[in-house]
Amino acid sequence: MQVGKPILYSYFRSSCSWRVRIALALKGIDYETMPISLIKDGGQQFSKEFQAVNPMKQVPALKIDGITIGQSLAIIEYLEETRPTPRLLPQDPKKRASVRTISDLIAGGIQPLQNLSVLKQVGQENQLTWAQNAITSGFSALEQILQSTAGRYCVGDEVSMADLCLVPQVANAERFKVDLTPYPTISRINKTLLALEAFQVSHPCRQPDTPAELRA
Amino acid sequence: MQVGKPILYSYFRSSCSWRVRIALALKGIDYETMPISLIKDGGQQLAIIEYLEETRPTPRLLPQDPKKRASVRTISDLIAGGIQPLQNLSVLKQVGQENQLTWAQNAITSGFSALEQILQSTAGRYCVGDEVSMADLCLVPQVANAERFKVDLTPYPTISRINKTLLALEAFQVSHPCRQPDTPAELRA
Repeated sequence: MQVGKPILYSYFRSSCSWRVRIALALKGIDYETMPISLIKDGGQQFSKEFQAVNPMKQVPALKIDGITIGQSLAIIEYLEETRPTPRLLPQDPKKRASVRTISDLIAGGIQPLQNLSVLKQVGQENQLTWAQNAITSGFSALEQILQSTAGRYCVGDEVSMADLCLVPQVANAERFKVDLTPYPTISRINKTLLALEAFQVSHPCRQPDTPAELRA
Repeated sequence: MQVGKPILYSYFRSSCSWRVRIALALKGIDYETMPISLIKDGGQQLAIIEYLEETRPTPRLLPQDPKKRASVRTISDLIAGGIQPLQNLSVLKQVGQENQLTWAQNAITSGFSALEQILQSTAGRYCVGDEVSMADLCLVPQVANAERFKVDLTPYPTISRINKTLLALEAFQVSHPCRQPDTPAELRA
């Protein structure tokens, strides 16, 4: 089906890129990383070369099977449909809906409001409060949803796409100094997931483009 | 499988509610509307649409081919995750009244520039090929938002063409904000 390994355009600290790195690790898919720095050269995502790869000028993007896919959840759903084991979505449609609801809440409701380009627009003095607000309102809703969906993980006892979204978002929360005490379920699940190998090998501190001072 | 009709919590002007109303109309699913006047956030209706697709599979809202499905989801996520959350009501409240229009316009124009480029390789009669998909359900409400925020659509001819074609379809008309139970009298069709 493919010639050569898949290529992932990724930034070590991008939570969206981390979601896809976890998926690739869980599914045992070997890939190459093309690091795209969101900081250097005014942001390498704005280069003409990268715009041809992903018109949204965002990471991640995955070149696989002769196509290039942008948007982390679209990438993960494609991987799920073409490399179905191990599963990242449960079999039951109602549980799948829970997985997607949680994933959409994080990927559509929290992260876009605290990503780099939005924070640039709100101005430096407002950035921390803005990011914290985005995260706390999202996490309050998520903590409530998890009361009815969570088992060992976000939805029941199998790792799913929702968990791939949760861990990177908690890392963002920590970076923005959000107090996680009001979210015990989120914290518990995050801790359980971080012990798994796929979440460790894909961690921002272990990437090809991780700066020396942040390396594990 | 179900007891009683599905209940949709909907706000007539919410682009997120409109996406789901289109899906329900296309699939011929009869439902009740519970109007809500405040939208908490818009991030999760794609999960609803994917659930409808898996449990009421015809007519399709996602193509069969995984690569085309990826295109549909990329476009849907671009709109639902990349544009709409940045110009929804609660965010606009935070940026302050004097900044709102510019802020919303920026969110839409940067998203639409990317989308117009993506559509060059995916679009046929609709966003992805010639079948209506979840991507189209996201497009039309977002164009309506663009018009409300006075965004000039001249730079986006493919978006405009597809939007016009879709608006002629019945499912996009019956679900239109101007025809909902909670549409104010002065905005009614």
